[in-house]
Amino acid sequence: MKRREFIAAAASLALAPGALRAQDNPIAPIDLRDPDVQSVTKGAPIRAGRVKLELPPLADNGNSVAMKLTVESPMTVQDHVRAVHLFSERNPVRHMAAFYLGPKSGRAEIDSRIRLAGSQKIIALAEMSDGSFWAGSASVVVTLSACLDES
Amino acid sequence: MIALRAVAALAALALCAGATAQERALPLERLKPGTDFLGADLRALQSDDLANPAMLWVERGAKMWSERAGTAGRSCADCHQDAARTMRGVAASYPKFDAARGHLFNLESRINACRVEHQGAQPFKHESDELLSITAYVASQSRGLPIHVSIDGPARAHFEAGRAAYYRRRGQMNLACAQCHEENWGKRLFAETVSQGHPTAYPAYRMEWQTVGSEERRLRACLSGVRAEMLPYGAPEYLDLELFLAWRAEGLKVESPGVRR
Amino acid sequence: MAARIQVPPQAKRGEPMPVRIIIQHPMETGYRHDEVGHPIKRNVIRELSCRYNGVEVFRADLSSGIAANPYIQFYTVAEASGVLEFSWIDDEGVRGSERAPVVVA
Repeated sequence: MKRREFIAAAASLALAPGALRAQDNPIAPIDLRDPDVQSVTKGAPIRAGRVKLELPPLADNGNSVAMKLTVESPMTVQDHVRAVHLFSERNPVRHMAAFYLGPKSGRAEIDSRIRLAGSQKIIALAEMSDGSFWAGSASVVVTLSACLDES
Repeated sequence: MIALRAVAALAALALCAGATAQERALPLERLKPGTDFLGADLRALQSDDLANPAMLWVERGAKMWSERAGTAGRSCADCHQDAARTMRGVAASYPKFDAARGHLFNLESRINACRVEHQGAQPFKHESDELLSITAYVASQSRGLPIHVSIDGPARAHFEAGRAAYYRRRGQMNLACAQCHEENWGKRLFAETVSQGHPTAYPAYRMEWQTVGSEERRLRACLSGVRAEMLPYGAPEYLDLELFLAWRAEGLKVESPGVRR
Repeated sequence: MAARIQVPPQAKRGEPMPVRIIIQHPMETGYRHDEVGHPIKRNVIRELSCRYNGVEVFRADLSSGIAANPYIQFYTVAEASGVLEFSWIDDEGVRGSERAPVVVA
């Protein structure tokens, strides 16, 4: 190995811990063996990519946080998104929602408003018509209200 | 004599000017509505007539407007016809003193008085979806119009009582409304920016409540925030305070139904 | 349960059109208490579906993780003028529905 190659390899190794973990588990910090996830995937592998989840980095109030998810797909009869599942790292209910789409959707894009029990990572898991699963995620910091409100 | 009258008139004018300009701790040109203190998300939500959840209440209020009620079997529309015309600007002038009844009314209590007197119906309960819906519908007819209330005549005593309440320290935190909303607006309190405390959005959908609530409920929230005793709904002090707050917000545009944190 | 639906005033045939709905519902989590400390029973809209001229084009399973007065926007290909028909059911078995006309050119 040349000196230059060695340095490049070392540099990529330095990046590796996070990258490797993300590759091993694209739904981290949720465990791949999580029963709620397993009930969706039935053990099928999950790959990172094709799913974009957008949340504000900072949410004023966890009761209602704007959410947009987009899946890369031609949405044809042959190749489309069947469903997108939302999973929460910290909510008491892990499986937040499932949205079922099809070729008639034309576009795999959903907007909604979600409830978050504190700062956390949210995972969007898409099931494609070929049976493959793809995941994307977003982190959000939920700030606490400054004033106590018992009205 | 004429000179004397002129002097008296001038003195009265000076008094009037004093009663409007000099009493304002926040000059009119420095007033900022609550939306200026919101994040981009909630501002966008308020201006989106489909996604703004408070519009669900407005829509229900629109239906209620033409529904017959009470022993008189009359609807709001039977007397007031098209709300878009007859209710335009009404909310911007409340609270208002009703000389005939000798009573200061906010929009909610005015609507309830109408129900009892003209429809022969039971008044709606405080914070009921019915009262919030019809109030939000009427208030929404004033969207974009400047707030202007009268504090003359018999309203003056209510105004003064409201002002006194505004500057009175209270609760375990020993805070007056003015200490946050006049002396410290624009500063950060944890992740929030302290607003000037103008009531332009109410009835409003508050994320904290996850529903629509009245200005009175918002005042109760503030009382709870400074750990003071929450007065019962309908307490005269709320009405007085609402009149003072509306005067203080002179010229700001009605945003009802607003969205707040 | 009131609901409001929004579709474009005129959709283009063959193009995906945005469909928006908001439903008045507390989406009660089951983790809150009333003023006297009694737990408030969970009651969320658990299923929502949309039919376009009789054919289901969208469905969602919801939970307490969706904000009160749930709002959802999705897309469906504008095929023909007709009607969108939403229906939903909550934990207490209360059903709701709302329709909106679609104009396709």
